[in-house]
Parts: sequence; C-alpha cells; structure tokens
Amino acid sequence: MPTNKLDQLYRSVIMDHYKNPRNKGVLEENNITIDMNNPTCGDVIHLTLNVEDGIVQDAKFEGEGCSISMASASMMTQMIKNKDIDTAVKYAQVFSDIMLGKEIDESIDLGDLEALSGVAKFPARIKCATLAWKAMEKGLGSEDEQ
Amino acid sequence: MLSKDIRKHFPILDQEINGHPLVYLDSAATSQKPRQVIEAINDYYAYDNANVHRGVHTLGNRATDHYEGAREKVRKFINAKSTQEVIFTRGTTTALNMVAQSYGRANVEEGDEIVITHMEHHSNIIPWQQLAKEKGAVLKYVILEEDGTLSLDKVREAVTDRTKIVSIMYVSNVLGTMNPIKEITEIAHAHGAVMVVDGAQAAPHLKLDVQSLNCDFLAFSGHKMCGPTGIGVLYGKKELLNEMEPVEFGGEMIDFVGLYESTWKELPWKFEGGTPIIAGAIGLGAAIDFLEEIGLDQIEKHEHELAGYAMEKMSSMDGLTIYGPRDPDKRAGIVTFNLDNVHPHDLATVLDMNGIAVRAGHHCAQPLMKWLKCSATARASFYVYNTEEDVDRLVEGLRIAKEYFQ
Repeated sequence: MPTNKLDQLYRSVIMDHYKNPRNKGVLEENNITIDMNNPTCGDVIHLTLNVEDGIVQDAKFEGEGCSISMASASMMTQMIKNKDIDTAVKYAQVFSDIMLGKEIDESIDLGDLEALSGVAKFPARIKCATLAWKAMEKGLGSEDEQ
Repeated sequence: MLSKDIRKHFPILDQEINGHPLVYLDSAATSQKPRQVIEAINDYYAYDNANVHRGVHTLGNRATDHYEGAREKVRKFINAKSTQEVIFTRGTTTALNMVAQSYGRANVEEGDEIVITHMEHHSNIIPWQQLAKEKGAVLKYVILEEDGTLSLDKVREAVTDRTKIVSIMYVSNVLGTMNPIKEITEIAHAHGAVMVVDGAQAAPHLKLDVQSLNCDFLAFSGHKMCGPTGIGVLYGKKELLNEMEPVEFGGEMIDFVGLYESTWKELPWKFEGGTPIIAGAIGLGAAIDFLEEIGLDQIEKHEHELAGYAMEKMSSMDGLTIYGPRDPDKRAGIVTFNLDNVHPHDLATVLDMNGIAVRAGHHCAQPLMKWLKCSATARASFYVYNTEEDVDRLVEGLRIAKEYFQ
C-alpha cells in the first residue's frame, strides 16, 4: 500500500524533528557561516557553527524547505555538536552512503539518522536530505583551511 | 470538454504509478506525446533518415521535404507571412538567447532600457540580464498587480523612449495569467522598441497569430505542445531577421566560405548552423497536425473549463491558497497552490504515491516566488488529455496529504 511506502519516508522521528526542530536559529557567537541552496527546488539553509580547538562547540540552522530537508538539518546539528571535525565530516560521508543505499558499518551509532534511510527509496528527495550535510562539510572544510 | 477518446492517443497514460492509474498534471513542464508524433519520428528514422539540404539522393530529398514541410506547418500554425520567418531552434531558451545575442548585441547600447516583468521564466530574464551587463543597459521590471496580472498603465510607466526591447511571456507558467500581448506590443512600438514574446506556455494552449499580435519575435518549444524535446521555434519579422547576424557559425548556414571572409545563406537557414534537429522538426510538424485536428479554440476552452472546475473544487478546501488571478477568464489551464503546513515537495511526494504527477518548486521563476513571498509552490497544469476525474483525484490526493501531515 502506498501509505506504507509513505510511512517509510515520513517516519515519526522525521516528523518530530520537522515540527520540533533542534538547534533552530542563528549562533550569536560563531566563526563559521554557510549559506547553501538547492537550485532545483529553491530550498535554502543558513548554518552557523562555533568551532574551537577542532571541536564543534555549537551549531544552529535556519532555512526554508520540506520536512525532509529541515528534519535532516535538525538531526545533523544534533549529531555534530561536541564532535571533532573529523568525526563530523565522517558522519557526512556515512550519511551520503545511507542516501546511496550502501551498507553501513554496524558499529556506527546512527541515532535518529536511521529514520532518514527510507529517503534512499525516493531518489527525487535525496537532494533535500543532503543539503544540510553538504553545508556542514563545506563549512568545516573551510575551517580546515583557516 | 473534449472527448475522453483523446486519451487513447497517448500510450503513456495507460499505466499505474505506485498502484494507481496515472494522473498526469505536469504538462506545463512537458506534455505527453501522442502516438502520431512518436510514429512520425520513428518513421523518419526507419525509412527516410538522411541529412537535409545536402544529398542529391532520394532519402536526402525525402528528409528535406519532411523538414521543410514541418516549417510550413509551423508558419501556418502561427500565421507568419513566410517560412523565412520560422527558425528551428533547440527550444524557447535557445530562441530567446538568439534574440538577445544577435538583435540585442547589435542594437542595445549603454543607458538603453530592456523591459521585462516579475513573472518571467528564468529563460526570459537571464539572457536580458547578461545583455544589460555587457552593454551597460538598464533592466527594468514591470511591477505586477496584486492578483498577479499586468496592468497596461504600469507597462506604459516602464516603457520609455530609451527602451529598445520589451520581452514578456504570453502565459505565466506559474500564475496561469494570460498577458495582453497585443496591447503591450503597441506600447513598445510607440516608443520604437521591439516586442519579444515568450510563447512557451501559449503555443500549446491557444491560437497564435503573429500578424495580429504584431510582435517582432516569438519563441516557443515543441515539447510542451505534444512534440518532442530539443526542438523549438524562433519567429522573427523578416526585415529584422535579415539585418541580424547569426549566433552560430559553420556547417549548413554558409553561402560561400573563403579563407578570411565568408557569407551566409538566406533566411531562415543562416540561423540554423550544423545539422538541424530533423526528427524533432518532423515530430513538431506531426504535433501541430494533431493539435489542429482537435482545434486550438477547443483546447483553450477545454483547459479553461478544467481550471475553472479545479479552482471551484479546491477553493472549498481549508488552508489551501491558490495563486494568480481568481477570474478564470484571465488564466490558462494552470493552477498553482500551497497547502498550509505541508511543504510543496512533501505534497508532491504524497500525490505521487497516489499516482498523481504535479510540479513542486520554484518553477524556474525565482523572482516571482519572491514576489509571492514563498520559496516554492505546487502546480497542477492541464492539457487535452486531462478530465474532471483527474481533478477529482487531485482534490482527493490533497485531502490525503492534509490528513497525513496534520
């Protein structure tokens, strides 16, 4: 039944993050700001990070987009807080693998992210899910160069 | 309403999507193709394939006859005076770029003005933006009325004696608004400007008459009017096209080539460098035959009634916003909307799960989205094969989405 397939996409965890986003807003103290958009659909994200001593001390986001893109941004900020840069970037790689439907190392604790694995079955929506992660990768990449 | 028998000509409609019979409501993005068009392309490749205007052999002659025959069909379709005024392009975008790069570069100077509107498709914004930057010209926007229509008074305010080009879409791909092109052309001409019409959403749906409109250029695409992708048309008045330089050089557009100087063929071939889109043009010719057999006036009436029916049904839904003019007489078969608390992408996914194809996003009209104060909308666009049942299915899909995201 299609409703079941829809439920695979819109799991309750996703809807919870969409309706009650974590880390929504703009960090007043931040040393990394990234604006990214998805030109095909007009989704936008404004991500602010505070990175000190190679650790993501804090992260906040604002944006406009569908439930998948905003829930993904909420989960992303939750996951990278208090993590070192390498770990955060590694999460982005793992997330990309999830979207490609690849097998994931079982030892990695995906937390709420697991709920987004259903997006892999909706190719048109993958770009929505990856926007925040690409923004984070870009931001931490530029931090590396500083 | 048109007979439902028309659906039989479209093999693609006879399938299930996610367990439901397909309801295709995305014709403004691209229309479906009738069997006649698919067969015309197939027959060309199967029996007549050869290059045009080159071979002296029989296949070459047949291919040339079919290709030039398609040009004559286009000429009649838009009521151009001569086939010399009909140039085959890759589509509307290429055609508008040709006008900007050829006519625009030669005639627009620093301080001159180019007038467009906030409702334009990106294809009718960026070529002018680029031209204005290159020449130091001023790009001016006609401000829209609150209901998403154009007022002639605002057009009169925007167009001045400095205006060299006015370029406006005939029918909005988002709002469905039909613009008063004939009157706008008169305003442009009164100031010595040329009038360019983006006809991408008009050609499939209403009878075009370039002589009556008196526009100087008109661009449209084949794939939105039952034809194949990769083919479109630039119409231009002969006296203007004659003065213009080609934008692509080489191959079939040449007359005489010397080591350092060359000359071009006459119209329309001087604008068709390289091997043209032969099968595409033949497919477009077949699409025109198909549409004319139904009758453009009947098509317009059908879509008008369907959009009216859709708006009536959708208006009764709580939390549903419909954009563009409320008066069905002012709009074509396009209904753009948003449902409270459901992002259009999520809405489109729910509808897709119910077999209904709609568009969601900015519709290549980001300045218009800004004007509407939203980042994206959902859009249902109708064509000859759509029925009232399709609208009912859409409304039912909207109810499901609303419930799901409650």
